[in-house]
Amino acid sequence: MSEETIPGRKSFFSLFNICAGIIVVIGLYITYLRFTGGLGAVTNLSDYNPWGIWIGFDLLVGVALAAGGFVTSAAVYIFGMKRYHSAVRPAILTGFLGYAIVVLALNYDVGRPWRLPYPFIIQQGTTSVLFEVAACVALYLTVLFIEFSSAPLEWLGLKRARDIVIKLTMVLTILGVILSTMHQSSLGALFLIAPSKLHPLWYSPFLPVYFFITSIIAGLSMVIFESTLSYRFFKHKMDEIHMQEKNDITLGFGKAASFVLAGYFIIKIFGLSSSNNWHYLKTDYGIWYLVELLGFVALPSFLYAIGVRVKSLNLIKWTSVLAILGIILNRFNVCLIAFNWHLPSSERYFPHWMEIGISVFIVTVGLIAFRFIVTRMPILYEHPDYKDAH
Amino acid sequence: MSISRRKFLGWVGAAGLSTALGKSAAAATHKHFSGYPGSFAVLHDTTFCVGCRNCEAACNKVNDLPQPDRPFTDLSVLEKKRRTTTKVFTVVNKRNDLQRAESPVFFKNQCNHCLEPACASVCFVRAFTKTKTGAVIYDSSVCVGCRYCMVACPFEIPTYEYDQVLTPRIRKCTMCYPRVSKGQLPGCVEACPMEALTFGKRQDLINFAKQRIQKYPDRYVDHVYGEQEMGGTSWLYLSGVPFKEIGMREDLGVTPAPELTAGALAVVPMIVGLWPVFLTGIYAMTKRSDKIAEREKEQAIDKAVKAARKEDAELKT
Repeated sequence: MSEETIPGRKSFFSLFNICAGIIVVIGLYITYLRFTGGLGAVTNLSDYNPWGIWIGFDLLVGVALAAGGFVTSAAVYIFGMKRYHSAVRPAILTGFLGYAIVVLALNYDVGRPWRLPYPFIIQQGTTSVLFEVAACVALYLTVLFIEFSSAPLEWLGLKRARDIVIKLTMVLTILGVILSTMHQSSLGALFLIAPSKLHPLWYSPFLPVYFFITSIIAGLSMVIFESTLSYRFFKHKMDEIHMQEKNDITLGFGKAASFVLAGYFIIKIFGLSSSNNWHYLKTDYGIWYLVELLGFVALPSFLYAIGVRVKSLNLIKWTSVLAILGIILNRFNVCLIAFNWHLPSSERYFPHWMEIGISVFIVTVGLIAFRFIVTRMPILYEHPDYKDAH
Repeated sequence: MSISRRKFLGWVGAAGLSTALGKSAAAATHKHFSGYPGSFAVLHDTTFCVGCRNCEAACNKVNDLPQPDRPFTDLSVLEKKRRTTTKVFTVVNKRNDLQRAESPVFFKNQCNHCLEPACASVCFVRAFTKTKTGAVIYDSSVCVGCRYCMVACPFEIPTYEYDQVLTPRIRKCTMCYPRVSKGQLPGCVEACPMEALTFGKRQDLINFAKQRIQKYPDRYVDHVYGEQEMGGTSWLYLSGVPFKEIGMREDLGVTPAPELTAGALAVVPMIVGLWPVFLTGIYAMTKRSDKIAEREKEQAIDKAVKAARKEDAELKT
């Protein structure tokens, strides 16, 4: 991850603009097909496979990777790790945009998106885990929006509104942790209903805990990864404090991620033992399970630990990529690969290219929004008028 | 990066709570729901089924479903395994490759109308209702189209109108709720010429089925499918071959679907109640340790300044 020179950055952005432009055009075209031809026109979903990558990737992965917001704000404001303060705003922004694009993606996936408020205003299905998921998405998106709003308010010079938001920091942080705990874990709990469809190696009564713990790993790794990219592409926007704290954040978050990954590895082994599923390890699915557990949990935990020990920022950065891939793999396994494992291959699901197109489109929209905000608002630097406590 | 004792305690508290999350509150309910008293059911004795497809035709008619490409009299469709679709609420399938049975085995498939339906428990707008007649019915006027019911259904019954743009619905057998409410038989039961389908009170049918097994032990597998599966269903089955050979899963267990998620949902109010207490506590501890550190720092500076002054004074004298 070398440092870019200014002309290099310029050419990157024009390249970025071209790619983003093409993706947006294709995305809008598929959007048109989706809302004029129905889900059947653009997806490979079937009566056996009602959920595809718009749930597996856009919702499950999207929410997990947006966990940086609550992890960082909890670390700084509740656990008092003030030396990571400069990581809060970028993390909150990533979280907010992450949740926003999750909600955007849901509008593609559900059959009648204009009815999304129905569970709240018409009839409440409170016995459904999905009700909890929906309520938490709605509430947490609001919380993240308010948390994030201090940046645009500073940018627009609305001092009084901004001061009110800052005063709410503690309340919002605690709310954010509560909602994230419930929400991240309930995404795992969604699959508790289907022990007959999800492979026993992935099905576990501990699914909610697994999802919650992995979201912390995802959050920590995303902060590292995102700060690496920000440094590379938006270095000119960073102030001195960001520059100074940057390496400290990478080391600290890498250390935390190593510990949490180790803990996660241990509870996975406990889960395997308590369900007594060892004999499945000899099967093809077992090998795949070991690939996930050893290659994407144990290995990143180990590499993070080494990276922190020898103070190799590069190793930590690359490990964060490995850990993030591990989260994506885990969500894909639970939702798509190990789900419906009992069905013959002719009845299994593989995404249509247009489903992938929409997912890429939505991530691109998120990146464009991120770039728009970071280049304008005080995210990577403190606003000169608000040095006090942002 | 040293970790103070207080901070460590804070973390232990947080970790303890998050592990508590996983403990499913299995005792969320002691009640076992064994169906509405006097609710109806259908007993499908597969040993009587000859695969005539009259039930399919009747189902198509009473539900106003579109005409299929091939007529219901065409029995060649039985050669390929079929499933229910948005246009077909029931299908008869055939197995003629079973060694134990001398003749082909036919078996009908449709919604089993669980006593405690997975679809109803996971629907976040309560679009599904288990009625007192025994039927599980669906209300498309509130459905958002999330398709979680399809994920949840262990029998893979609900189907979705993926080709509909503005009004996609879940489609499945209604156990002829409108007809039964009027005192009529379900379409398929009425049409069956072989008495492979019997409509009646669920408890009566269970007794009846067990009597049959006792009377003809060679004819049947000793099991009434649906009596216990997923907590019990309103469709019951008798078979002469193991149920898994006629496409019915024997590994579903007897736990009603809602119990699978009850534990996780029961933890929600605990998180809402306890997290703020723990988090505020941790915050207070962090703050206090900051304050102590500050005071110690001040004292140390004070001491150093005093010592320096003293030294200064001594030097002067």
